[in-house]
Amino acid sequence: MKILALDSSGMVASVAVAEDDTLLAEYTVNYKKTHSQTLLPMLDEITKMTELDLNTVDAIAVAAGPGSFTGLRIGSATAKGLGLALKKPLVPVPTTEALAYNLYDARGIICPIMDARRSQVYTGLYRFEDHKLVTIKKQWAGAAADLLDELNEMGENVTFLGDGVSVYKGKIEAALKVPFSFAPAHVNRQRASAVAALGMEYVKAGKVLSAAEHRPDYLRVSQAERERAKKELLLGDTSKKQEENV
Amino acid sequence: MKDTLILAIESSCDETAAAVVKNGRTVLSNVISSQIELHKLYGGVVPEIASRKHIEKINQVVEEALKEADMTLDDMDAIGVTYGPGLVGALLVGVAEAKAIAYAKKLPLVGVHHIEGHVCANYIENQDLEPPFLCLIVSGGHTHLVIVKDYGEFEILGRTRDDAAGEAFDKVARAIGLGYPGGPKIDKLSKEGKPDAIEFPRAKIGDCPYDFSFSGVKSAVLNYLNNAKMKGEEVNPADLAASFQKAVVDVLVEHTMLAAKDYGMGKIAIAGGVASNGTLREAMRKACEEREYRFYHPSPIFCTDNAAMIGVAAYYEYQKGTRHGWDLNAVPNLKLGER
Repeated sequence: MKILALDSSGMVASVAVAEDDTLLAEYTVNYKKTHSQTLLPMLDEITKMTELDLNTVDAIAVAAGPGSFTGLRIGSATAKGLGLALKKPLVPVPTTEALAYNLYDARGIICPIMDARRSQVYTGLYRFEDHKLVTIKKQWAGAAADLLDELNEMGENVTFLGDGVSVYKGKIEAALKVPFSFAPAHVNRQRASAVAALGMEYVKAGKVLSAAEHRPDYLRVSQAERERAKKELLLGDTSKKQEENV
Repeated sequence: MKDTLILAIESSCDETAAAVVKNGRTVLSNVISSQIELHKLYGGVVPEIASRKHIEKINQVVEEALKEADMTLDDMDAIGVTYGPGLVGALLVGVAEAKAIAYAKKLPLVGVHHIEGHVCANYIENQDLEPPFLCLIVSGGHTHLVIVKDYGEFEILGRTRDDAAGEAFDKVARAIGLGYPGGPKIDKLSKEGKPDAIEFPRAKIGDCPYDFSFSGVKSAVLNYLNNAKMKGEEVNPADLAASFQKAVVDVLVEHTMLAAKDYGMGKIAIAGGVASNGTLREAMRKACEEREYRFYHPSPIFCTDNAAMIGVAAYYEYQKGTRHGWDLNAVPNLKLGER
């Protein structure tokens, strides 16, 4: 099975092609240039390098969120366009799950954290059992402080990774009472190779979508919707009816 | 000669659109998925919501456009896409989608300026229209008076110094409680009002006779409403709408006619969302008739944001050899005539 994978959920832009247990190519850049300018040229580069015929790909995996809203859409629109043109299914892989998959067979709890601003993180709790990734708690957006409380209560070793580490390192060190560590540079950010490898498991489990069906999972509503909901709560539910019509 | 077929994608604001255009003049399909009902709740377009809707709809819209044209991607010669100006998050969806399709099918990619698309909407139903001609572009985000010197070549004579014409319509509509979008609502209400009931100012810009300013007339309307409210006088919204609309249309027509005379242009076209305004069309038609100018305008479906016009513009760019790379980015403030 051959999988093309994309991850543009954060600052990292990453593209990979994997076939069964072999990673054919991976191109990962962690630089400020916009994904709109980098993602497709990166795919073009590895396609040329590996003489890949895109028509031989079985499915297109994409880090489906959470992450930067715009970054997610660039990845998703690219995957959707490829899926439409190549008539291939899409495999949306939750971003934090793919991050956790970087730390294959690690002991204890794996906790990817992505900076979600406003003192919040996008996170999820995972562990490996019998060499399989198990979700302890599905990814969510929440206060960093609450996450640390939760980890203290669980009382297990934790390995942190993700771009939230640099933002919350001090807080983690101050608040965490359980043993913890931070993953090193080569596995602590989004990697399309992990999206591809985990994507393969998703395909085997039948978790694929048509390119038309796929949409990113932001884990958050837009600011305008949030403010509108707040206003409605204050006003009572007078405009509820209006909303139902949408 | 072999036909040239272009699949075009447009997502610069709140319409997700795709179209198939043959030889730059024949529209084989024109699919538009409008989000307007959603944005009405917020009194205007919310960029993040628009972007989210685009990604949900884009594949369905593209597939529908191909199906309606009874074609597949294998029949296409190029992919055209709007890459600016517009809302950056919204533009990025169409750009990423178009690039991926073009890349996967090994087709040339042609980025299109949204306003160039609006101008090109005139070619669809007027097979005889060819440059040079004078074009007034009026929409919610743009007010430009340009000479179309050749396909894709423009000389900008005038532009708005502040609000776009459509923006003024939206703001006035909101002030008199008509809601969003303001243009069609004011146009409709005006039919019941007297355009000479209230005298609103017609702004003139000293140093450039072709430039526009609509913030003055907008403020005058708001002041008029405030004064009436303070004095406890009743305002006739139909008269107000008709008078405001007349003030805007007068200026648009007057500046266009002045430019036509100064530059000796005998062909006048209008384009953009506000070009479907009935009063503007009628006033422009009359003014052109009096001076024996040919007057061109697109049907309302080609005035609103659509991908057919982008396909037309992409065709002429494609013919000129314009090709964009896989690093094409969205350019929210792209200038007309810039590549």
